[in-house]
Amino acid sequence: MIKDSVKQSMEELFPPPAEPVVEEAPAEETEEEEAGAKKKKAAKKAEPRLNGVLERDYKTFGYHLDIQLDPGELLAAVLILDKADFFIESITGVDWIKEDQLEVIYDFSRYDFDACRVVIRTRTPRSEPSVPTITKIFAGANWHERETHDFFGIKFEGHPHLIPLLLPEDADFHPLLKDFKP
Amino acid sequence: MSAPIQIQPGETFTLNVGPQHPATHGVLRVKMEMDGEYIVKAETVLGYIHRMHELMGENRTYPQVLPNLSRLDYLGAMGYTHGHVLAVERAAGIEVPERAEYVRAIMVELNRIASHLFWFGAFVMDLGGFTPLMYAIEDREYILDMLEAVTGSRLTYCYFRFGGLYNDIDDDFVNAARAFIPRMRKSLKKYAALVTGNIIFEKRLKDIGPISAEMCRKYGASGPVARGSGIDFDVRKNEPYSVYPEFDFDIPVYHECDSLARYMVRMDEMEQSLRIVEQGLDKLPDGPIMPKKKPKLIKPAAGDYYQAVETARGSFGIRIVSDGTKNAYRFKLRSPTYSNMHMFDEACRGMMIMDALAMMGSLDLVIPEIDR
Repeated sequence: MIKDSVKQSMEELFPPPAEPVVEEAPAEETEEEEAGAKKKKAAKKAEPRLNGVLERDYKTFGYHLDIQLDPGELLAAVLILDKADFFIESITGVDWIKEDQLEVIYDFSRYDFDACRVVIRTRTPRSEPSVPTITKIFAGANWHERETHDFFGIKFEGHPHLIPLLLPEDADFHPLLKDFKP
Repeated sequence: MSAPIQIQPGETFTLNVGPQHPATHGVLRVKMEMDGEYIVKAETVLGYIHRMHELMGENRTYPQVLPNLSRLDYLGAMGYTHGHVLAVERAAGIEVPERAEYVRAIMVELNRIASHLFWFGAFVMDLGGFTPLMYAIEDREYILDMLEAVTGSRLTYCYFRFGGLYNDIDDDFVNAARAFIPRMRKSLKKYAALVTGNIIFEKRLKDIGPISAEMCRKYGASGPVARGSGIDFDVRKNEPYSVYPEFDFDIPVYHECDSLARYMVRMDEMEQSLRIVEQGLDKLPDGPIMPKKKPKLIKPAAGDYYQAVETARGSFGIRIVSDGTKNAYRFKLRSPTYSNMHMFDEACRGMMIMDALAMMGSLDLVIPEIDR
């Protein structure tokens, strides 16, 4: 199973304390736990998710592996997927304005009957959003990153041609930010 | 009179194709850097028909955004609305009655044939043959009439509902669909005799516009473009959804990687879609078309949901990030031709301009779907 081997190599990216926990319930709160923080867990609901690999129920969510990491580890994770013959499906963003963060979501899948969809998430501060580009690994990320830059203003460091793609060429607004006023 | 412009050897000039050029089938613009007849570099300029469906998806409730989906791709709209209803059903946990699932599959496959038929006509017209378009439109008209009688619209369908359908099919539809299958099989033979073996047609497409399997992977190509490059990938088989596992059909794959391979994939796909329609009509169960229990207001639990479907152009994906309210927090549409067209910049380097336009036709572009 490709899913298990990818999961294993992804887990090596994370330092030992952040142990991955299999999440089965469709509830959104993550159940990452450390020995000391057990008591607090029950009281908190919207605790921000810690970095790590989660296995998701495909029937409920539509993907198998859900990985959250820091922008610095992004290239290493994408390289693992490139080596395992994944293709890039899309890149997009989400504006979490309450947490003052922008999330960048990368979707990968395989041309294979051993279906395995992998979602990589990374978060960047809203005031100066920036993540490294993956165009050097997947050339097809070019347009997806330009589109995400259009809509959210996220800067993809090292992108060869970061000009508006879908918006007008002189656009200086980012319509999918939650505080955007037309 | 000024002297004619002399171009020095090695010097290039810029050629602007579009945004209103008949070969681009819509408002697509390509800036080409040319060395004589050869393309050095091409840069695609998008956005001429950008409508920001993703923001509309955040501002409207889930049922309100359903008609938007059919405005993405006016040739194969049924497949896109199918993706949306499946995504919301997955997020909100709505059960679909079996009859509705079968009718959906029949409708999507008929619409796929209609889409491929129009592509076939327009593609051959790009290459200089006008007659096949007339034949193709006649067959397509038959499908559109059938679909119009049930759905109420000819192109931009809003026929599916969360949990089922808007309207049940009647005997007239079933009879018309049954009569259509042998008629279409005869037409496919006619097209093969008229176009496929034609020597001019073959010379224009064979070994033209090569796209390797590795390039498909790097750009995330899908649909007939990937299958023409020897990739056995079809969401209906790889990640089965709806009732597709119940049907016996094949995925045509060609390994030549050229424009002719992509043409052959689509021609074979029409036959496979006919097989699905035929089996769907045979197996069509009786019963309700809407579930008994359905939430009045659709409010999926907070979370991040993804659904991919195989449309006429390739793998179409919908991501719904829900915060538990009646509107989506984020509504992302992943369109297949976006990725397929992205390859054009790299694939057309060093090609003659006529060959590049033939290759562009073989990608089956629908611009509103790229720009969203």
